[in-house]
Amino acid sequence: MTLIVGASAAGLATAEALRRKGYTDPLTILGAEPHLPYDRPPLSKQVLSGSWEPAKAQLRSAEALAALDASLVLGDPAVHLDVAERAVHTASGRVLKAENIVLATGLRPRTLPGQPTLRTLDDALALRGDLLKCSRAVVVGDGVLGAEIAATARQMGVQVTLAGPQQAPMALQLGPVVAGLLGDLHTSHGVELRLGAAVTGVEESGVRLETGEVLPADLVVVAFGSAPATEWLRDSGLRLDNGIVCDSRCRAAEGIYAAGDVARWHHETLGTSVRLENRTNATEQAIAVAGNILGADEPYTPVPYFWTDQFDAKIHVHGFIGPDVSIVEGSTAERRFVARYHRDGELVGVLGWNMPKQARLHRQEITRSCRATVAASAPGGA
Amino acid sequence: MKITVGQDKCCGAGTCVLLAPDVFDQRDEDGIVVLLDEAPPAELHSLVHEAASVCPAAAIAVSS
Repeated sequence: MTLIVGASAAGLATAEALRRKGYTDPLTILGAEPHLPYDRPPLSKQVLSGSWEPAKAQLRSAEALAALDASLVLGDPAVHLDVAERAVHTASGRVLKAENIVLATGLRPRTLPGQPTLRTLDDALALRGDLLKCSRAVVVGDGVLGAEIAATARQMGVQVTLAGPQQAPMALQLGPVVAGLLGDLHTSHGVELRLGAAVTGVEESGVRLETGEVLPADLVVVAFGSAPATEWLRDSGLRLDNGIVCDSRCRAAEGIYAAGDVARWHHETLGTSVRLENRTNATEQAIAVAGNILGADEPYTPVPYFWTDQFDAKIHVHGFIGPDVSIVEGSTAERRFVARYHRDGELVGVLGWNMPKQARLHRQEITRSCRATVAASAPGGA
Repeated sequence: MKITVGQDKCCGAGTCVLLAPDVFDQRDEDGIVVLLDEAPPAELHSLVHEAASVCPAAAIAVSS
């Protein structure tokens, strides 16, 4: 029996990979939310804008879920892990014991009391309702989620201000050159950027910056980061340090593994511990965990990848944004290009702006040279 | 095996092409998935299932 705690992308992919690799024992997937497994990247885009019905964000059809032959226990958050007994206790009082337990509980967004944020499907639908009613919104947070929400809200006709401490939106994820272009893109579509100043509070009339300026708003959306959802593991004895600390096999303890946003594991190629908040990692790490449950004993050494869609820009990043950037295909002027990033002469990353296929074709070279990169941080996207 | 791809869901990651280049490709202009072989031979089925599972946009469905 394998118990997977978390019914989102990583949890579902673990179950699928186990079955694909021939695992025939019982599988249980435990989810905190009442919904069937759904995908998160569309929440800040298609679901928020209303261009997709929520059901379209479901990860698998009912038929595909049935074929998985797994027991789905939904709407019942895990509240305690007993490592020695290999048992998970849930909010409703269930005790689920298993030979293998996979922890895939994802992230918990940082919030401000009373202000909407976006992590779950219910959050997205509530925020959509708020945006439809508001006339001027301030999005607090200049990372991936904040930038995507700002773009979607603007396209819904809302007056939007994007606030955050960086010099340009997603500067941490994209580096200064492309983040600057993204800032220009937002400005050209009418998003007001108020960047480079920390937000100190939310008041009746709007958002106060450290400069004293108050950005008027009748809706304040909070998107300034999240933390691994590990509070329920605090008394488990597992090592927690900005995520569940795992070895290179994504194993936190004997018979206990972690996958997705919540897992910090030792990346052997990079020679450091890494936690990736991106959609592709959720499935790739899940597949690695499934293999190791079945005895593969292989290290998980991915090249990170994320994408974001904002206005007419589809930005794809493979590997890491190094300090030396060169445009190798297309041009920034035509808003269609591939950039390659080097560190100490080694190719460490590739970015495509409206050139996804061309960017992907450079990926193999990163695989070979990623060794040289020190991944101090690997911030997320979709 | 019957494969369907949702081009409106595809995000252009190209993960499927990396796994099964005989079955999937991407359009040059926007990276959207193109299905090269709707009914690939048995030896590719495992890779196609993996491509469907790993697709970060859940844009590939496989039925038997």
